[in-house]
Amino acid sequence: MSFIEYSDLIQDGDVAIVHLGHNSVTAVKVQHGAQTQTRFGVIRHSTDLISQRYGSKVTCSKGGWVHVLHPTPELWTVALPHRTQILYTTDIAMVTMMLELKPGSVVCESGTGSGSLSHAILRTIAPTGHLHTVEFHQQRAEKVVEEFKEHRVDHLVTVRNQDVCKDGFGVTGVADAIFLDIPSPWEAVGHAKAAMKKHGGRLCSFSPCIEQVQRTCQALTERGFEEVRTLEVLLRVHNVRPVTLQLPDFGPDPGCPSSSSQAVEEAPPAAAANPASLKIKTTTPPREMPGHTGYLTFATKPRT
Amino acid sequence: MAHNEDDDYEYRIKEGDHIVLKRGDVYKAVQIQRKKKVIFEKQWILLDNVVGHLYGTTFEIASGGTLQPKEDKETGSSTDVKVAGTDNRNIVDDGKSQKLTRDDIETMKEQGLKNEEIIQQLIDNSSTFNNKTGYAQDKYIKKKKKKYENTVTVLKPTCRIIAMMYHGREPGKICHLRYDTLAQMLTLGNIHAGSKVLVFETCAGLVLGAIMERMGGRFSLTSCVHHPPCYGSVIQMYPGGGPVRAGVECFGFPAHFHDMLHEFPICRVNALLASTLDTSAKDPTAEEKSLNAAAEQEQIQPEAEQQEGSPAEERMETNTGDDDGQDREKLEREKRQEAKAQERKVKLEEKRRKLAAAAALLEGRNADGLVIASQFHPCSVLLGLIKFLSPSRPFVVFSQFKETLIECYTKLKEQGGTVNLMITDTWLRHYQVLPDRTHPLLLMSGGGGYLLSGTTVATDHSEPAAEEPAPKRQKVKDSEG
Repeated sequence: MSFIEYSDLIQDGDVAIVHLGHNSVTAVKVQHGAQTQTRFGVIRHSTDLISQRYGSKVTCSKGGWVHVLHPTPELWTVALPHRTQILYTTDIAMVTMMLELKPGSVVCESGTGSGSLSHAILRTIAPTGHLHTVEFHQQRAEKVVEEFKEHRVDHLVTVRNQDVCKDGFGVTGVADAIFLDIPSPWEAVGHAKAAMKKHGGRLCSFSPCIEQVQRTCQALTERGFEEVRTLEVLLRVHNVRPVTLQLPDFGPDPGCPSSSSQAVEEAPPAAAANPASLKIKTTTPPREMPGHTGYLTFATKPRT
Repeated sequence: MAHNEDDDYEYRIKEGDHIVLKRGDVYKAVQIQRKKKVIFEKQWILLDNVVGHLYGTTFEIASGGTLQPKEDKETGSSTDVKVAGTDNRNIVDDGKSQKLTRDDIETMKEQGLKNEEIIQQLIDNSSTFNNKTGYAQDKYIKKKKKKYENTVTVLKPTCRIIAMMYHGREPGKICHLRYDTLAQMLTLGNIHAGSKVLVFETCAGLVLGAIMERMGGRFSLTSCVHHPPCYGSVIQMYPGGGPVRAGVECFGFPAHFHDMLHEFPICRVNALLASTLDTSAKDPTAEEKSLNAAAEQEQIQPEAEQQEGSPAEERMETNTGDDDGQDREKLEREKRQEAKAQERKVKLEEKRRKLAAAAALLEGRNADGLVIASQFHPCSVLLGLIKFLSPSRPFVVFSQFKETLIECYTKLKEQGGTVNLMITDTWLRHYQVLPDRTHPLLLMSGGGGYLLSGTTVATDHSEPAAEEPAPKRQKVKDSEG
């Protein structure tokens, strides 16, 4: 197992994702002799997980069942313990494509936060790329170093515990892409430019507030970045539901002499007491949906 | 740990390169061929002069369509105190404020006046310009700059650029797949180097190219220090005669990228699933017939290299009257036919070999991902191809229409073997960000298609059926308060 390479069998030391049903997942560190409590009962790692196939169904002690899945950055994003507000898959996907990330890309990111985007970047740039990630909070930086190691991606990433606005990313002239998710991104634009390859590259800044976006766009333009574009992307979920809709009963049709035969076609004979209904398979939106995560500002650094 | 060498070579434009021309938000993919004129934004241009320059360079279109690198003098908006008004209460839009006529402007263009000079002339000859507010003046200048722009930038193709280009220019060719939806597909499908991905698409090859870009081509042992060689593969399932890959050309991948690309006809899927597919060399005459039929079909496809002219040639030659000439020509004709038959044999063998290779990759039913994006009804495609996936692997289905995905969802729930099923679409909006003038753009995309995503799990026939809530029973009388 690793977050950048699939394997088939669950092994001791793996991080597995347990799917509890209805988009509810939890991450589990697989260890001989360990147990995990779920609402369906206990999962015993040695018997239920180790040497089983990823994707297997596991019956828990109370009789309910779960599935054990191979970790992916997308599942990790939903399962990881939040230390900060994180980026979700919808924004991550957009960032990945708009920054033109691919195997071999060198990326600089700050702040690392809870590592949600970091894992997605590592998956995309593997096996020949590298991620330089900067986090100014010491405990968060240490936690994410631990996780990268557990997830077997540590060889692709360097974590630096420093302030990107003061000290930059710790590298110069190597990055194909920069990602900023910090309170004052305009203060890091200069360092971002320095970290990027002289041939040019792509930059993205993620900010929840429009004022931050305005300042960042201004700083980018002043520093010579081109093609500055700001957008937002939101996910809409469609829940599939079978719906039964009643048909109204207008009474027998007066204009038609053979109204009884018509009535038979449109409604079952016991129509009087039980109005007919139509079954449709449709989708309904959830009651509430995320209406805003943050504005994504992209720009291109030209050759300097 | 950067493995890329910081060498200018890979950033220089070469003849034969696949590039993307850009002006503003308009993109066009072309291939650089000497002395070949291409049309871009209603202008004919010759690309010869760009060879040798760096990607990202902006060129001006000179007379005759040749390109000259643009001198970098970005004047920007001057900070001098301009004469400006405060609002538009006294500005009457009677269409007569511009004193220059169309002919005047055409004359200026012919005289070879630069854009900045033309725009300055327009400003000087506008009776209302000085009454506009500063912001309105900026907007006016920006609009004129865009209209009289004469530049084109040469870009290296990337998935982002090509996806935006197709969506802006020819959305019908890509089933109206918007670029952010494509981005979701690549991420939800966990497309990454070293995996085995099945693709079924009728998006002109855009989806295939995007996947190939994210797979990064094959890696040699020397570049993978910590990992064994990453032999990922992409298997394109195709309907009809042959796989369509026109869009893949736009990406300009190096030749070795194609080493990881395989194809398999879906008309053989059932045979493969039933283990009745025979990929060994069969009876030559029967295969020749089918290859001839296939060859005729291939002539319709863009990649056809068959000589369409030859049947016509043959017909023409039977009309010559000379006896000796006829004998000679008959001999030559026979020679040509034999050569062609030999060619067909070689092609046939190549086709058989490719089929066997693809079948070998599929047989194990251990693919890591499945991506579907086509005009075909996705349901049967999905149900057929999902059998080739290992358990605990993602799949993504794109459809322009929600209803088809509802059907897929329902069938998958009935048969079991999947979790995390979701039908989603994304809402995308762009912003104008200017000091005191920041707002979303006035127009936005109406829709970008829908996605069904999920993860496979081990199939277990003792699983209970669908988990979806049962439809509510109808209350005839409102008996509850």
